[in-house]
Amino acid sequence: MTKLKVPVSSEDHVQGPETAEVTLVEYGDYECSHCALAYPIMKRIQQHFGKRIRFVFRNFPLTESHPNAEAAAETAEFAGAHGKFWEMHDLLYENQPRLSGALLLELARKLQLTPAALSQALEDGQFTAHVRADFSGGVRSGVNGTPTFFINGYRHDGAFDFADLLQAIDEAIGTTSSSARG
Amino acid sequence: MDVSPVSKNDSPVQEDSGLLAPGTQAPDFTLPFAPHQALSLSELRGKPVILAFYPADWSPTCGDQIGLYNEVLPEFQKFGAELLGISVDSPWSHKAYTEARDLHFRLLSDFEPKGAVAKQYGAYRSANGFTERALFVIGKDGIITWNYLSPISVNPGADGILEALENLPK
Repeated sequence: MTKLKVPVSSEDHVQGPETAEVTLVEYGDYECSHCALAYPIMKRIQQHFGKRIRFVFRNFPLTESHPNAEAAAETAEFAGAHGKFWEMHDLLYENQPRLSGALLLELARKLQLTPAALSQALEDGQFTAHVRADFSGGVRSGVNGTPTFFINGYRHDGAFDFADLLQAIDEAIGTTSSSARG
Repeated sequence: MDVSPVSKNDSPVQEDSGLLAPGTQAPDFTLPFAPHQALSLSELRGKPVILAFYPADWSPTCGDQIGLYNEVLPEFQKFGAELLGISVDSPWSHKAYTEARDLHFRLLSDFEPKGAVAKQYGAYRSANGFTERALFVIGKDGIITWNYLSPISVNPGADGILEALENLPK
């Protein structure tokens, strides 16, 4: 089984308590249509498991095929630096069909962030290293496309519809409650 | 990987997978990468080489193996490694595919005699008439140091390649 090489840390964007029974890590790309399909499914999964789940999102922009993916990822990181990562993450997926440089500025404005500061950050590549580090860690962990999920540190190779993920997470919870966590 | 030691002078030794085993001298070959250009493996002696045999051009996109390698190329280049894709598609197909996907590495055409190089590396599927999804990492000295045979429909990713590059003698 393919294992996550980079453990969840304070560098990550996390929703849910540290004490959660299950940690679900997604490697995603804001311009990837499959990731946009996964987005509402993640919401349902989080709703279903409540405090029993911790959700982590890491960047895996496929920049060769998705021209806006890198800037979108850096925009989410910019918002994160102002405490609004998840708000931006959600807006990016909800508005994916309109993804463009102009949309990024519009979304920044919507979240009361300064569009000029975002432009500057993108131009200076302030968050490029962070996004690259996510990407490298993903490649080393066996991420071979987007979205890729890890459940309690193991890559989920099945489908990512609600029923499949639900079952995989239930199984992971079963494993952790019946044996020592490793 | 569990491999019995072989000396450099032995004839090619194969593992259970059928692929040429680590420790084997990588057989040299000359294949076209464009309609009027060819490359010999021996030209790349002195730098690590990644050979990625894959079944066919034009497989579905969004997270496919060739697309992923195009993204991960800078990570391979950190090791000074050269990535070569190999399939039985013609040079004209490779040219169109490379342009359509904006690929930044060379695709070699094992077209005539069909699959001859893949056969030498134990990476040909006679039943299907195309190459396996098989990976090799070759050291600076031309010796195979790692191989991997992936199920034909599974993207093998890049993690194994990166680990093999890390493990090369410095």
